[in-house]
Amino acid sequence: MADFLQNCLDGIATGAAYALLALGFTLIFGVLRRLNLSYGPSIMAGVFAGTALYTGFNAGLAEIAVATVVGAVVVGAYIERLCFWAIRKDMAVASMVSSFVIWMQIEEGVTLLFPDRTYAFPGILADAVLEFGPFFLRASSLAMLAIAALAVLGLLALIYRTHFGLAVRAVSENPEAARVAGVNTGLVTLLAFACASALGGLAGFLIAAGDQQITPLFGLWATFKGLIAMMLGGMGSIPGAVLGGLLLGVVEANALWYLGVETRDLLAYMLLFAVLVFRPGGLMGQAALMARRAAESRV
Amino acid sequence: MLEVQGLVTNYGMIEALKGVDISAAEGRITCVLGPNGAGKTTLLMTIAGLLRPRRGSVTFEGRDITGASSTAVVRQGLALVPENRLVFPDMTVRENLVAGAYTRLGSERAEAMADLERMLERFPGLKARVNADAGTLSGGEQQMLAIARALMTRPRCLLMDEPSLGLAPLIVAEVFDLIRELNEDGATILLVEQNAHMALTVAHHFFLLDQGRVAFDGDPGAMAEDEVIQRAYLGSAGG
Repeated sequence: MADFLQNCLDGIATGAAYALLALGFTLIFGVLRRLNLSYGPSIMAGVFAGTALYTGFNAGLAEIAVATVVGAVVVGAYIERLCFWAIRKDMAVASMVSSFVIWMQIEEGVTLLFPDRTYAFPGILADAVLEFGPFFLRASSLAMLAIAALAVLGLLALIYRTHFGLAVRAVSENPEAARVAGVNTGLVTLLAFACASALGGLAGFLIAAGDQQITPLFGLWATFKGLIAMMLGGMGSIPGAVLGGLLLGVVEANALWYLGVETRDLLAYMLLFAVLVFRPGGLMGQAALMARRAAESRV
Repeated sequence: MLEVQGLVTNYGMIEALKGVDISAAEGRITCVLGPNGAGKTTLLMTIAGLLRPRRGSVTFEGRDITGASSTAVVRQGLALVPENRLVFPDMTVRENLVAGAYTRLGSERAEAMADLERMLERFPGLKARVNADAGTLSGGEQQMLAIARALMTRPRCLLMDEPSLGLAPLIVAEVFDLIRELNEDGATILLVEQNAHMALTVAHHFFLLDQGRVAFDGDPGAMAEDEVIQRAYLGSAGG
């Protein structure tokens, strides 16, 4: 039992970073109703901007964090203009395929600029460990959890308490009605994309700081984890993204402990499969799915 | 007040408007009738800046707004009540109304909030459900919400796309009463309808749109006497 609880504790810390990735995916999927497969690679590019500052100029943690977030936002905006803004709304598959092409482009670009594959990344409070009775938690995990929680609260305030958030929700629910109300949907979409990339950049920074290293494969990893966490929680649901991220973290940590590293990812995919079979809308997305259907069928 | 000249707009691959001239006089209710696929919705969407015309011009209060963005059109004082209402289903009634005032939130927030309270007084049905999600409202309530949301932009001219669509007859009568009231309060209204009988009770001027062209242009008296319209829209009962 103690093992299980300890695993849950570790899992929640990792899951907090997954939740940030899933929130980014959710924001993008919300305003566009299209998948951005390049989301992970844009974060990876940001993390490499951070690592360049670290290895090249020996910059401090704060500068590296800012560089990571800004790098992810710049690459994210590039993806938005190229794969989503420039492609017609009804061509969702074309957008998804081109986001895959940009993924390859980003990965190649980063590999050309950083030919050594694996690069060092500074850790947060690297070796400190906190003890709570029988349980312990790496200080870096606690920092990860705290920063992620603050980011989620910030995002919720932005979405539910500001004009911009109102516009994002309006575009998510009905882009045409939002345009009718005078919302500049193109600008709102770009800004929502930028917010998603900033969240992703923050998650990338936290994860890379936890691992203290980074490779170009991080893009693939981030897209996978974010996508799975989002789909577990429910496509387009903000609380769902948080729940999905935490759940994925906890399941992975326990699978790693009890079953070993080989079965960890397998179990995560099986969990996703089970959720999609029994609750196609995801854990939290089901209610929204039903409400939307009911609203659309009402005359 | 609103002048549309030689408007040509494609909808997908189809040329939906093939050179349309219509106008809406200030303080009047102008109605555009026409069968499905005549281009009525395309016409309103082009005026509202949701579609870009290929040729022709749209002038509002003497200003050329051809091809302007929907945001710019709303700021000019033109508001569209879209077909099928298009409320934001997962947002509350209040949030829908605030979203309607989106272009005013930056510069005149206090006035917009005062308008919101006035709007709730005017629509008691909405006031009773102000914190309910719009998706849970009945069709008639959603139509009222869509109209109230458009009014939140403080439009001088209201474009309405088939407000009676899919509503029970009693509710349709309510919607048309509201249209008359709004007009008496000073709003210029351009109404697109298929329900010619109801339109006759409120409109001051009619256009008939058929296959992307204006097929009739006249006042209600002339329309009631027009044989083609008699047969196609008003049934044989009148003639």
